[in-house]
Amino acid sequence: MSDINYLKAADLEAAAASLKSASEGAYLAGGMTLLPAIKLGLNQPSDLVDLGGIGALHTITVDGETLVIGAMVNHYQVANSDDVNGRIPALADLAEGIGDPQVRNRGTIGGSIANNDPAADYPAACLGLGATIITNQREIAADDFFTGLLETALEDGEIITAVSFPVPEKAGYAKLQNPASRFALVGVFVSSGAGGVRVAVTGAGASGVFRASDAEAALSGDFSASAIAGASVAEGGMLSDIHAAADYRAHLVGVMAARAVEACG
Amino acid sequence: MSEISMTVNGRAVTASAASDVLLADFLRQNLDLTGTHVGCDTSQCGACVVQMDGASVKSCTILAAQAEGADIVTIEGLATNGDMHPMQKAFHDNHALQCGFCTPGMLISAIDLVSKNPDPTEAEVRKGLEGNLCRCTGYHNIVKAVLAAAQDMRG
Ligand SMILES: Cc1cc2nc3c(=O)[nH]c(=O)nc-3n(C[C@H](O)[C@H](O)[C@H](O)COP(=O)(O)OP(=O)(O)OC[C@H]3O[C@@H](n4cnc5c(N)ncnc54)[C@H](O)[C@@H]3O)c2cc1C
Ligand code: FES
Ligand code: FES
Repeated sequence: MSDINYLKAADLEAAAASLKSASEGAYLAGGMTLLPAIKLGLNQPSDLVDLGGIGALHTITVDGETLVIGAMVNHYQVANSDDVNGRIPALADLAEGIGDPQVRNRGTIGGSIANNDPAADYPAACLGLGATIITNQREIAADDFFTGLLETALEDGEIITAVSFPVPEKAGYAKLQNPASRFALVGVFVSSGAGGVRVAVTGAGASGVFRASDAEAALSGDFSASAIAGASVAEGGMLSDIHAAADYRAHLVGVMAARAVEACG
Repeated sequence: MSEISMTVNGRAVTASAASDVLLADFLRQNLDLTGTHVGCDTSQCGACVVQMDGASVKSCTILAAQAEGADIVTIEGLATNGDMHPMQKAFHDNHALQCGFCTPGMLISAIDLVSKNPDPTEAEVRKGLEGNLCRCTGYHNIVKAVLAAAQDMRG
């Protein structure tokens, strides 16, 4: 690559300080998005500050009715964690469906949501479960976190430390995957719990993940696949690219939402 | 430049390399272990897969510096005293390669798969090898070989 300094931070304070003193620093988690972007010249940091050595970011804990997943926990660990499978099996299934085994062995939840790719899976889970993103500075509701295409509410140098998920009564995720990358062509995460019904859509919106309020209203009255049968969302605001046109994506939102409800069991 | 140390195929190694060198390049250029191939260099094909602390990873998408202190196994580390690993033997017996370019990564991924799931179904083998592309075989004999090796390794 091109003369990038590498530093493995021992703790959050050291990581934040290293980033601050770098001219163009970037945090490095699993590297499954950042390193390919650097190789393609889309991103040219002067320094990479590796978060992998910070032990506290690697844990999964259950605290009453919340499941807290550290930012550096990788997709394989989420898919195979007894705590995740016991509390929110839909989240374990979602992690098992990301990329391929080698991507899952490295890629992290923190990196995925910090990146906020419009076709990534985790943003749908965070928004669809009403998660809270915990950083080294504050707590951010998922509703306020994903602010646009590849954009989040994170400030310069702010580090995601964990994501806290309220355990729902039921939850399900369904995605139609792009067969080449396995990213979501359209993915829908639904849940029902103390915070009501939530429906979050990834892969479809031109500004990234969003909540489908009509589907939420329909499911609040009757939490069944038939309640949203035939529902779709407006084509305006849908992504359109070589993989799928806007009208197809809008149609798929309804199909995937119904499948996600069915997946709740 | 920085000194990077790790264990590769059971041997402690240290080499001086740029701090942003990729693990694949470190293995191939600094250690002359050219059995690890680089196919796409865009994290898609799996030709570069090696084992790092027991898990299969794409060495074109990891900095050597991130592997500091890690235990790495490459294709060169699979045979013991000239005897092929059961997975290598099964690939040989089942004609699971043609040009062989994908084979090193395919073998390391397959070994990871069988270590986590010793009795996989055909569908599980196909899903478990999603990160490895082969342009020659059509996968059929690769899947056959992995199922045969899994049976052999269960004893
Ligand atoms: C072949 C392939 C297939 C894939 N398929 C899918 C898929 O099907 N679905 C899917 O959702 N994703 C997919 N991905 C993406 C994968 O899930 C990535 O792992 C993930 O998007 C980024 O996580 P990472 O840990 O690798 O982050 P990195 O690449 O290390 O970092 C990504 C960005 O986040 C920042 N960052 C990382 N951690 C933090 C933190 N704790 N705090 C603040 N900022 C941080 C970094 O600075 C960087 O800007 C795929 C990737 C590949 C290569
Ligand atoms: S060379 Fe690493 S995935 Fe293709
Ligand atoms: S044998 Fe040629 S790419 Fe697989």
